[in-house]
Amino acid sequence: MISQEPILYTVDLKKYFGEVRAVDGVSFRISPGEVVALIGPNGAGKTTFVNVITGYFNPDAGKIYYQGKDITKASRTKKIRMGIARSFQLVNLYAELTALDNVRIAVLSRLGKTGIFWKPVERFDDVRNEALEILAAFGLEEKAEVPAKALPQGERKLLDVAVAFALRPRVLLLDEPTSGVSSKEKHTIMERIVSTVRNEKIATMIIEHDMDIVFGYSDRVVVMYDGKILAEGKPEEIKQSREVQEKLLGVTAGAP
Amino acid sequence: MTSHASRQVRNKIIGYLIFLLVLALIPLFTRIGLVTEFVQNLLMYSIIFAIAGLAFNILLGYSGLLSFGHAAYFAVGAYTVALAPQFIGNTSFEVLILLALVASAIVSMAFGYIAVRLTRIFFAIMTLALTQLVWALILKLYWYTGGSDGVNVRAKPLLGIPFNEFMSRPEYLNTVFYYYLLGIFAISLFIIWLIVNSPFGRALLATRENETRAEFVGIRVRLYRWYAFIISGVFTGLAGALFAVLNGHVTPEQADWIFSGDIVFVAVLGGFRFFEGPILGSIIFTFVRQYAMGYAIFWRLILGSVLIVLILAFPSGIMGALNSIANRIRAGSRVLPAATTPTPTAITDIKHHQDGGREK
Repeated sequence: MISQEPILYTVDLKKYFGEVRAVDGVSFRISPGEVVALIGPNGAGKTTFVNVITGYFNPDAGKIYYQGKDITKASRTKKIRMGIARSFQLVNLYAELTALDNVRIAVLSRLGKTGIFWKPVERFDDVRNEALEILAAFGLEEKAEVPAKALPQGERKLLDVAVAFALRPRVLLLDEPTSGVSSKEKHTIMERIVSTVRNEKIATMIIEHDMDIVFGYSDRVVVMYDGKILAEGKPEEIKQSREVQEKLLGVTAGAP
Repeated sequence: MTSHASRQVRNKIIGYLIFLLVLALIPLFTRIGLVTEFVQNLLMYSIIFAIAGLAFNILLGYSGLLSFGHAAYFAVGAYTVALAPQFIGNTSFEVLILLALVASAIVSMAFGYIAVRLTRIFFAIMTLALTQLVWALILKLYWYTGGSDGVNVRAKPLLGIPFNEFMSRPEYLNTVFYYYLLGIFAISLFIIWLIVNSPFGRALLATRENETRAEFVGIRVRLYRWYAFIISGVFTGLAGALFAVLNGHVTPEQADWIFSGDIVFVAVLGGFRFFEGPILGSIIFTFVRQYAMGYAIFWRLILGSVLIVLILAFPSGIMGALNSIANRIRAGSRVLPAATTPTPTAITDIKHHQDGGREK
C-alpha cells in the first residue's frame, strides 16, 4: 500500500511571512491509499503547508509535483480540477444551504455543470443521487434537507470532509477534521473518513492534534516543528522517538 | 423527497399562474369600473419595478452583493428607447427593446468588470460611483439627452402593429401595452426563476455563503459574480425600456442614486431572501409612494418613515413575515433553498451576507 510511487510530493518547499519561516524547506511525499498524519505544535506551519500545496499561497521556493508533473505554479482551480481537495480547520460550509446542497454544489462543480443556467438543479437526478450517496457514506443521509448551520459540530465537520470528498480527489488534505468535537465523536468521524478514503484509494493527509487519533488511524506520521520536518515514520516509531516526545508531546500535552 | 420538492415547485408555478391571471383580468376590471385607470396605471409601474427588483435581487439575494447602482442600467435602457428613434426612425418597440438590452449589457459588462473585484460595502460604493457617472453624462450631454428636462417618448408600435396611430394614449397604455408588459413580465419571471434555480444559481448561492469554500470546490467566484452582474443589469435595462414608453418621458432622475435606492428598497421591503419578495415589495412601494407624494412636498420623508416602520415590523421583508405566519399555521414548509429562518433585521441580514463571503 505504501510502497507505491508517490502521487504528490514536494521538494524543499518554502513559505516565509516576513521574518517568520512558516514552511522552511519541507520535502514531503504521499502515495495513493495512504493515510498520513501531519502533527506538530501550533505555529509549526502545518496549515500553511496545506495552503501552499492547494495554491492558497504561492511558495517562495521549492517545487510541488503531482502525478509526476510540476504543479508549483498551477492555479487553485486547476489543482482542484486535477484532484487535490481540502477541508478546513474551521468549518467552512454554506451555512444557510442544506447538507445536500453543500455536497451537490461540489458535485456540480466537478462535473463542470455550474455554468448551466437554463435547467432547474432538481432536474439533475444523477447529481442529486451522487450527492445523497456521498452524504450516506458519511452517515449524513438523514440530514440531507437540514441547513448546514443547524447541524451539530460533529456533523458539520463530517459534512466539510464530504464536500471535499465530492470533488472525487486523488489527494485529500484534511485540516483538523475532528477539532472541536467530543473525543467519543472523534472516533466515529475518523472511522467514517478513513474507511471512505481507503475504499477509494485516496491519498489522505490529516493534520491532527489528538495523539489517539494520530496513532490509531494513520499509516505514517510526519512531525513538523518550526516549519521543518522533524521526524517521520510509522506511528510506533514516532511514539518512541525521544526527540518528538520532548519537542512535541511535551509541548502539546495541554493543548486541544 | 423528490416528489416533495416537485410538489412544492408545482404549487409555486400554480401560484404564479394565478397571480398572472389576476393581472391579466385587471383591464376588464377597469372597464367595468371595479378598478380605476389610475390604479391600473400604478400597477403597470409596479410590474416594471418588479422586473428591476427581481433582476437586482439576483445580486443581493442570490449573490450577496448589494448594488447601489442599478439606476444606471435602468436609465441606459430607458434612454436607449428614448434616443434611438432619432437615428433609426420610428420602429416597432421590439427593435428598441433589443437595442436597450444590448446597451445595458455593454454598460453592465464594463461596470461589473470593475465592481466584482470588490465585495461588501466597497462593492456598493463602487456601483454607486459608476452610476453617478451615467447620471452626470446624461445631464451634461444635454444636446442629445435634453439635460435635466429629459426626453419625451412616444407610444411605439408593438409587434409591428402601429396601435399608437389609431388609439389614444390612455387607451393604448391600458389595453395593448398592458398585455405586452404583462407578457414581458411573465417571460422575465420565468427566465429569472430558472436562472436562480439552476446549477448556476446554486453556484451563486455558494459564492454568497462562503467565498473561500466556493473557490475550493472549483467555482470561479469573480467570473460568476460578473455573469450575475450582467444578467441583473440586462433585466434592469429591460425594465427601463418598458418604463420609457409607460412614463412617456425619461429624465436624469432615472439614473440618480436615489432611484438606485428605490430599487434596493423594493427588494428589501418585499424580502430579498425570497424569490417573490421584490414583486410584492414593488407593488407596495409604488402605491405607498404615490399616496405619500399626494400629501406633501416632503413626500420622501413620509415615504421613508413608512418604510422604516414597515422594515422594523417585518425585518425579513413582507414575504418573510407572510412566510413565518404560514409556517406557524402549517409547520414544515420550506421557502427558497436560500432562506431558512429570518434573522433579526434586514440590515444585519445584508451585513451578514456581505461578511459571509470571507475574503481571501
